[in-house]
Parts: sequence; structure tokens; C-alpha cells
Amino acid sequence: MNLLEFQAKRLLGRFAIATPIGQVAASESEAFEAARRLGCDRYAVKAQVPLLARMKYNGIAFASTPEQVRAQARSMIGKALRIGEPHSIGDIVQQVLVEERIESLREMYVAITLDRSAGKLVMLASAVGGEAIEERAAAEPGLIHRLELTLENNKAVADFHSLASIIADTPEVVTGLANLYRDLADAAVAYEATLIEINPLALTKDGRLIALDVKISADDSALYRRPELAALRQENDRIVCSPTELEAQRFQINYVPLDGDVGVVVNGAGLALATYDLIVDAGGQPANFMDIRTTATSLDIAHGFGMLLTNSQVKSILVNVHGGGMQRCDTIAEGIGIALRRHPRQIPIVICMAGNNADFARTILENNGTRYVAVSDMADAAQQAVALSRRKAA
Amino acid sequence: MAVLIGPETKVLCQGMTGRTATFHCGRMLSYGTQLVAGVVPGKGGNRHLDLPVYNHVREAIDATGANATIVFVPPNNAAAAIIEAIEAELPLIVCVTERIPILDMVRVRQALIGTQTRLIGPNSQGILAPGVTQLGVMSTVDASPGRIGIASRSASLTSEIVLQTTQAGLGQSTTIGVGGDPVHGVDLKTCVKLFLDDPDTDGVIVIGEIGGTEEEEAAELISELKPTKPIVALVAGRHAPPERRMGHAGAFASSSGGGTALSKIAALQSAGVVVAPNAATVGETMRKTLAV
Repeated sequence: MNLLEFQAKRLLGRFAIATPIGQVAASESEAFEAARRLGCDRYAVKAQVPLLARMKYNGIAFASTPEQVRAQARSMIGKALRIGEPHSIGDIVQQVLVEERIESLREMYVAITLDRSAGKLVMLASAVGGEAIEERAAAEPGLIHRLELTLENNKAVADFHSLASIIADTPEVVTGLANLYRDLADAAVAYEATLIEINPLALTKDGRLIALDVKISADDSALYRRPELAALRQENDRIVCSPTELEAQRFQINYVPLDGDVGVVVNGAGLALATYDLIVDAGGQPANFMDIRTTATSLDIAHGFGMLLTNSQVKSILVNVHGGGMQRCDTIAEGIGIALRRHPRQIPIVICMAGNNADFARTILENNGTRYVAVSDMADAAQQAVALSRRKAA
Repeated sequence: MAVLIGPETKVLCQGMTGRTATFHCGRMLSYGTQLVAGVVPGKGGNRHLDLPVYNHVREAIDATGANATIVFVPPNNAAAAIIEAIEAELPLIVCVTERIPILDMVRVRQALIGTQTRLIGPNSQGILAPGVTQLGVMSTVDASPGRIGIASRSASLTSEIVLQTTQAGLGQSTTIGVGGDPVHGVDLKTCVKLFLDDPDTDGVIVIGEIGGTEEEEAAELISELKPTKPIVALVAGRHAPPERRMGHAGAFASSSGGGTALSKIAALQSAGVVVAPNAATVGETMRKTLAV
């Protein structure tokens, strides 16, 4: 789960990490009011979307009066930051964060992330920060310093201190940084974060360290024991998920809407990726990425399949299923049958089934009178589905 | 013969009395797996599927001589169950459980350091040695005994490739699912090494996908070893829309960079691996490569 900036800043505040004073606003008048209440000399207005490089996409603007804040909020709210890739409604700005613009003496970088291969959390720190950090690090090896973390009674302060002394030179700043690093490590464990990134981390003229932008990704699998994060997840889903995606979640289906016209139903993410590749190779474009979880029942599957049947953008449907031990083909065949009874629609369906209970599944399809093109080879299945989507379109 | 498992493998099931575990233990038993006992805290002394149930892994090993375990414990206690098996010095642990919190797996990895235990998974379909034994939840209908080793990050794709290698008349020596979670036990590289060292495996298939750097690491190992056994790979997700990145940290975290389908394919090809053009042709690609 990716948190929005204002949520991430709120969470870090509890670990004594300073962020600029600010308030989130959902309309231009709220933004104006927020600015008036804050009473700063200079403001930053920041689009609350989970997107990298917001500066580049005009998602961050500056203002010096509440009136200007209102104008900036108006230019952002309700608009998509990124044009040309409407895959996610999360790109449409629904809220802006109005906060004090901090004058920084120096901008630094610090993050904690998961090193998958090492199976560890690592801290990455740099004396420079900002959106261009990646390009700079690529050109200048050694810019990023790395410290492996342990989970229990995190590192001794001394470790953070030696990291901090590479980054800063004056003793006060080193101490401040070391404390911030330690607090950040505690926060990462407490929020089960797979990423916490402060970029930039500002050092102000009066020697304060302030997190100007914060990104947090929390582990979805740990939400069951972090009720506070689970609540944020719900708040976020309403902001960044389309109603279709939310509906899919309720029915044990991983669903990502895409631009194409071939509806895709698979079980398993790897098979989904491979099927996607075959469809594109065959000259088509998937209308979605739909992965049935192993625990989905036939009714769940019926809901998922129904979403494709009721989507007029979908011109043909490809079902590519490998019955494993957990999800058997017959459950999926039943789900398809139920969906077709609920939403009768003349649409070409190509089905490729193998594995557990594949024959049983074919019998069910036959008993239900499901009309479909049966294929046994997934490349053939993809080609047929793409050809059929074309024929309808013409 | 197979890698990791064989007819001598005696298996415990942790979390055996659950619904899913009961179903799959029944399947494994009928496949011929030597399942010898269950371990379920608080249910010691009972019998389940006509097998004894113990409270602790240690106790079960002492009573049965088990040398492997398959973990079906739900996510909230799965890591503790794995760590119990590590502490009992079991050489092989297969964990099927999905959605174990990532930091719990970081703790498990910590517990594995300095031990002889091999962990497969979590979120793995397990290990299958066709015709011999099965430690996992995969379908076995399309599998056939043979001489191809399959190491995979995806359960459903393994199922497809197993079917293809069977249809190509090759069969499988062993299939290993390393698991779909970001932090897990045995990786693709280790599986490749196992297969290269196995006299009963003639060819290796690596099924990878976008994300992480396991394929690149496997490629690195392969270019070092310069094996004579043919290796065929598939990288799924060539056309997947780029993942929405949150921060820059991901780019700094791994020293080897990569993560995209292109970087994986390039790394594998430069290591001498034959990369199959798509998921439908992996079995055929292996057959042709072996024939050369």
C-alpha cells in the first residue's frame, strides 16, 4: 500500500521527525482557508497523488498569499497530473497539501527500503537530495551510503552516528541526523514499511532537519496487525481505486483496468504476465489484468467475469487457467456459467484450460451450454482471442 | 533421481488439521509422499488422516525420524512455525502459506543464517519429483518422470511448462517453486546450482518474471560456471505496463540493478541461456536445445 504524502508525514510526526506545518484540502476554498489558518509567508501546494517526480508534472507549486494558494489548488484539483496513461484514477488530483514552504540551506536524502536478495531492510543516505538524485547517483558512484538494519533493538546509535558523520560535518547536524536515522528505522519497523523515503530532507538556516517530502509503502500482508494502517488503506482505496477495482477486491480478484479490448482471466500473476505478453505479441491489447486468487469461490469468479461481460470496451474474452492444487478448473467453469446467466451477452470467449479437473471443467461448460472456442495451446488461444476482438470491432 | 527430495524424504505437516492442509495432505499421501506426522500446537496426541499429531516439531522428529516439513500455518503464525522447524534443524522446509508479513520473513531469513536448513517459499507451490514424491500443492496430472529440472517464481506458469515438457516427451526430474513473495528462502540461482550438480537432470528450465533481481543473479552464476547442460529460461512480463514506482530507493537498494524484463533477458542471454520467445514455446525450445 502506497501512502499519500500527507498521511506519510502524519505517521512520521509520531516518531519525532519534523515536517512542514500544513493541511490537506479537497477544494480551492478549503485550500484558501488552510493557507489563511497557517498564516505563512510562503506556501507550497502539493498534489496528493502517489507519483514520482511531481515537480516535473506540475504537481507542486509555490505561492505567497492565500489567494495564490487558491489559484494553484484550482489548477490542480480534479485534473490528471499525467496525461496519456489513464490506467489509474489515482493520477487525478483529489486533494492538495497546503504547507509552509521551507527555505533550505541544504537538501539531503535518506530512505529505508527492502533489499529483496539480502532479505533485509537497508538504510540509504546521501548528502544530496532532490528529484534528480537517481541521475546524480548513476553518474557519481559513492553518492549513496548504505547501512543494513536489523529488526530487533535496532542498530546502536553509534552506527547511525557514523553514517551521519559521512553525510554532515558539523557536530550538531551529525547528532541531529543520527537521531533522525534512528527514529526513521524505528518507524519503518513500527509501520512495517517496505519503503520510507525522505527526499528532500532539508537542513534549514537555523539548523533544523525537516522532511520536505515523504513516501511510505506499507506491507499489505501486515495490515491485519496494524489497524491504524488498515484504516489508511481504506481511506486511500477511495482516493486511488476506481469503483471497478474496489469491487474486484471484494471478490478475491486482483484487477487492473487497461486500455485494450481483450478481456483476460487467468489464475496466478505469472500466468497473467505471460498471457499479457502473448496477447501483445499477437497484435492485441488486454482490456485488463485479472488474476483470480486461489481462495476465490465460483461466486467470486462470477463477479469477476461479470465485470468483463458488462464492460462494453471488452470485445473478446480469453480465459487461460491452469488448475493448481488450490484453484481447480471446475470452480472457474462454474463461475463463468453463473456470470453468463446473470449477464447474457454475445461475446466470443476463448478458453484454454489445463491441470486439476480440466476435463470436469469442460463438462460443466458443456452442461451450462456455454459457447466458447476451446484451445489447448496458450499462444493459439491468445491469437484467436485477438482475432475475434478485431472481427467484432470491424 | 530428484533434487532436494526423494523416496527417503519423510515429511511433517505443520498446521495439518486445517482445511486446506487436510486436503493437500490427502493428495500427497495418495501420490506416495511419505507423510509421517502432523504438528499442531495444542492438538498433540490426536490422530489426523490416520497419522499422529504432535505439539512440537522436535517431538515429531524424535518420534518419526522426519527430515522435511511442509508448512500450511496461517500467515499470522507461519513465520514462528518456520523458525521452530529451523531450530529443530530440519534440512528442508517448504512453506505454502501466502501473505506472510514481509518483516516476519526478514526475521526468518535472519534465523536461517548459519544453519543447514533449506527453505522453499513462502507462497510456493512446493517441490514435485514426478512419480516419486510431492511436497506441495501443485497439480500432478500433467507431470511425468523425466530429466528436466524446473525452477520457477510462478506456480501457474510452472503448471503450464510442466505440461509442455511432458508433451515434448522430456518429463521432469524435479520442479521447484521458489515462491512469489519478495523475501523468501532458496532463490533461482540456488535451484540452478542444484540442477547442474544433479546427474539425473539433463536440462534446466528457469521461469522468471519482472521484478527483483533473481534472474540476473542466476545469470551471473551461470556465466561463472559455464555449464554444459542446456538452460532455457522464460521471463514473463515483457509487455507489462511499467510498475508505478514510489521512490528512488528501489533503484539504489540492489547492487546489480535491473529488474526489468529486458535486463533479465539480456543478462540470461549473455550467460549463454536460451531465452524462450514466449510462454507457449518453452517445452519445444528445451527439446530443440537438447537435440543440438
